[in-house]
Parts: sequence; C-alpha cells; structure tokens
Amino acid sequence: MPETEVAAAELPEEVAGAIDELRRHYPTAEALLLPALHFAQKHWGGWLPEEAILAVAAELDLAPAKVLGVVTFYDLFHQSPIGRHRVRVCTNLSCALRGGQEILESVKRHLGVGENEVSADGRCSVAEFECLGACEQAPMMMVDDEYHPRLTPQSAAEILEGLD
Amino acid sequence: MAAEAILLRRSHGATALQAPVPLEAYRGDGGYEGLEKALSMEPGDVIEEVKASGLRGRGGAGFPAGVKWGFIPKETDQPKYLVCNADESEPGTFKDRLLMETDPHQLIEGCAICCYAVGAHICYIYIRGEYVRQAEILETAIREAYDAGVLGDNVLKSGFKLDMRVHRGAGAYICGEETGMLESLEGKRGQPRVKPPFPAIIGAFGAPTVINNVETLCNVPHVMTRGAQWFSDVGTDERNTGPKLYCISGHVERPGVYEFPIGVTLDELLEAAGGVLGGKALKAFIPGGASAALLGAEHSHLPMDFDSLAKVGSMLGSAAVVVMDETTCLVRAVQRLAKFFAHESCGQCTPCREGTNWSQLVLGRIERGEGRPEDPDLLLRMTANMSGTALCALADACVGPVRSLVQNFRPEIEEHLAAGRCPHPYRPVFEETA
Repeated sequence: MPETEVAAAELPEEVAGAIDELRRHYPTAEALLLPALHFAQKHWGGWLPEEAILAVAAELDLAPAKVLGVVTFYDLFHQSPIGRHRVRVCTNLSCALRGGQEILESVKRHLGVGENEVSADGRCSVAEFECLGACEQAPMMMVDDEYHPRLTPQSAAEILEGLD
Repeated sequence: MAAEAILLRRSHGATALQAPVPLEAYRGDGGYEGLEKALSMEPGDVIEEVKASGLRGRGGAGFPAGVKWGFIPKETDQPKYLVCNADESEPGTFKDRLLMETDPHQLIEGCAICCYAVGAHICYIYIRGEYVRQAEILETAIREAYDAGVLGDNVLKSGFKLDMRVHRGAGAYICGEETGMLESLEGKRGQPRVKPPFPAIIGAFGAPTVINNVETLCNVPHVMTRGAQWFSDVGTDERNTGPKLYCISGHVERPGVYEFPIGVTLDELLEAAGGVLGGKALKAFIPGGASAALLGAEHSHLPMDFDSLAKVGSMLGSAAVVVMDETTCLVRAVQRLAKFFAHESCGQCTPCREGTNWSQLVLGRIERGEGRPEDPDLLLRMTANMSGTALCALADACVGPVRSLVQNFRPEIEEHLAAGRCPHPYRPVFEETA
C-alpha cells in the first residue's frame, strides 16, 4: 500500500453487524478476517479500497499490514475496481482439453479487453482462472457467482450480451 | 463391477444442477439414523466402529479416518474442533461440490457423528471461496438442522451440544492442505505449518482438531447405519473399503461423478461414462487428480484403488480421472498442470516456489519447439530436488505429472525436440460440446 494519508472508513452498519454476529462462533477476532473482508468487498462494489482495508483492520484490532498481507494472498480479494460483472474463465486441464483457452480468448476479444482488465463500458472484468471445480461442465466460466457450462465461443458471447 | 449408489443415492445422475435434498426428505430416507445410533453409543465405540470399517480419508492421502479420530486426546481442558475440508480445488476434482449441493444433510450428519465421537462442540466447514452457491446451500441446510434440533444445544435430545459454521475461503488451492487450511481459518495467509505437531494435538486455535474431507465424512453415516462389516465388504480388500466417488472429465462422452466400490478400472468407468469422446483412442489418463502420475492406456484395466495405483507409480488421490485422447499433446497438458502448481505455491519453501515455476517454463519451451536435448533429464533432476523437500505436499503434487511425463512418455518429448515444434496441433472440441 503506498504511503498516503488514507483515513479508515467507518465500517458500514451492516458489515459491522455481520461481523459482530460471527464473534460468538470463533475464539479469536482474527478468525473473522476472511468473513469480514468478504462482507467489506461486497459492500465496496467488489473490491477493497485502502479505506476498507483500514476499516476492517480497525474493527478487528489488527495491524493494517497484516490485513493487507491476507488480502494480497487470496485470489478472490481485489485491490482495484472490477467490472459490474466478474467473468472468470477456467483454463485448467479438464477445461483446456475441451477448448477452455479458446473460450478465454473469444471472451476477451468479444469484450475488447486484456487479461484482468475491465471493459470500456465498465460492465465486465475478465480473468483466466484456475480450476473452478466444475470439470464435468467443461469448458465453463463463472459470471459473478453463476456457472455457465459447456460453452462455445458463440454461447459465451450470448451470455455476455445478456448482462446488464 | 456392481455399482449400488450409496453416497449418491439421493443425487440423481452423474452431474449436479438439481435442487438439494431438504431435511424432511433426508430424514424420510433414513437420514440422521446414523447420528441417532452414534448418540446412543459411547464416543469411543463410535471411533472403534469407524476404525473397523477401514474407511480411509477421501481427500487424497488415504489415512484411516477412525485412527485419525483416535489421536484426539480424551482428557484435555481445551476445546476440540472438527474442520471439514471442503476446499476442493484440484483440477479434475468436483465430487465434493456435487455432494454438498445435492445432499448437504449427508455431510452435516457425518460431521455431527465425528464431533460426537471426538468430543468436539464446534465444526467449521471450510469451503473454497468460489463455491458461493454451495456455501449458501450448506448454510440453508444447517439452519434447517438447527430448527429441527439436529444441531444446537441439545442434538436430537441427547444433551450433546454442537455448533456448525460454514467458513468461506478466498481462492487459494494451498488452503486445501490441512495446516494451510487452519492458518486460513485463523485469519492468516494460508501457508502450511511445520509438522509435527499434528493438528490432532495442536490444530485450530492451538487446540486438538480433526480435519476430514467432505466425501470422507459423507461415508460416516453409512458406516453407522449399516455397520463396519458391511462397509468393509464393499471394495477390493481390507485396505480398500467402501464406496468411492470417481470424477471423470476431459475427453469423455459423459463427464461427471460416478460411484463405484473402490477398485473400479478405468475401462469400467469409461464404459459408464460413455467412452472416449468421439470414439477416439485413449492415449493417457490421470487416475487421481492433478498431482497423480499420468498413466498410459495399457493401465486402463488396473483397479483404481490406493494400492494398485501405487504399485505402478501413481495414486488414487482424490480419484479425479482426467482422460486424454490420442490427439492430446501431453507436454501441453502437463505444462498446464505445472502452471497451476506454480500459481498456487504459497512461496514459503524454495524447492516448491522455484521448482513449480521452473517446471512450467521448461515444459513451455519444449512445447513451443525451443526445447533443449538436456531438458528431459533436467526435469528429472528438478523433480528429484522438489520431492520431499518442502513443508507440504504441493511440490510433490507438481512432481507427479511432470516426472511421469518424462518417465512414461519420453518419446513424446523427444518428438517435440526433434521436430522443433509441437507435433500435436490443438483441436478444440466445441462441436461435441455445443
């Protein structure tokens, strides 16, 4: 995190409330860090700006550097804005054997983006993803939290066109 | 080989995409009878029953579940925990997802029996972050179980208290390693711990902890209701007991999850799954997830159990079978797996951090036609230095496919080197999947 003066945001009431609700189920506050970051990321529109990281750190009484270390370790936490829809295309072996890499390329071409970029209209961000655990549906992608199975470049494009 | 559906008996078909079985239907089908039976027994006797069944962990290592439970100290002032490993992230593996999204109460019941047996009053189901819908399904089922008195302060009116939580990961394969999972559960980076001490003694939050895979725990209700003897009679021998879920994907007509007694052969599994895609010939297969050694078609008649696969230098692992037809470039396939392991290495141990990445770089240049004559032996030397030299098994997981490529399919590498290009042009299979 660059050395800038970023004030910790107040954790929104619903995020703080959700964290509080979890406290009695865990013996340490630190164990709430992953759930807290999930809540915060959802609140901040799919990514974690600095003030969100600082706010979570303050809520759980953890060093911001510790929270940042966790954020950077995990693939599902983001430190820069993402599109309204997050498109993750699996290219691992089971999908690759059935054309996963071509699906990724066609999705990027269709949206006019490179890897980990957001489309110009802000609709979609695209990422190549490691196994998504749906190998029987290969080649597949996730759009937000939904699976889209047995894709062709055409069907993938139609799915993207149907997004708001 | 006969294939009575046991774990999948409430899951219709080999693939999911169906509504989860609700609690009422689960109970109507004999669900939670195993828990009732367990609660009527002494905890130590439940452990003995599971030991007698021969149930081995279904997460990959194959350690006997009852023995693991027996390691939890009985006399301790500390709380005890069960952490259910639902961080299924290995390429080719999707059986736990199917179990969770179709029959969540089977898992909850298995978790509850385990907790009672070892004296744990808190169970965390650590589920991979990408399984958003599956986490929601489990949370719904857990709420149903609380409402019905299956969980909570008085489990099935037995006086046993049990709290169960779904804990979401955030996208890191290494968190499927049991100590990496504990670190992650505790709110840290998921970097594996030095062992010993083992989690049974110092696990979650410094307390004794059992860690079992989803499929392992889903077997437990059946051990309780039908007995250890019945369970051990299913399988090839006393070391390979019980039903097993085999995932099959890649170049196969009907990819999915198929249930067989342990020891089904690839030929039998392929028959159930409709054969190799498009009627092509089988070239190679991975019998046990991305970390298992690749085998050639000549091994398709082997029983896929823990011991038979070990004898030919591979392993059952998570029983995730990936099928590759005659057109597949095995260098490209293994390079993709090495890239995965390089991406997922936590970076703590040098042989893993450097070796996984180096493996994928060397395989990449061979695939591009820029390989060097010494590359096959270089890969063997690298994998020798990665094997057994890291804190956890991730480096060894990369070694499995890479070394087997050189040892079992060296002519294919030599073909790349001689031609100065890949001899197997990529053929996407969209026409079959459209």
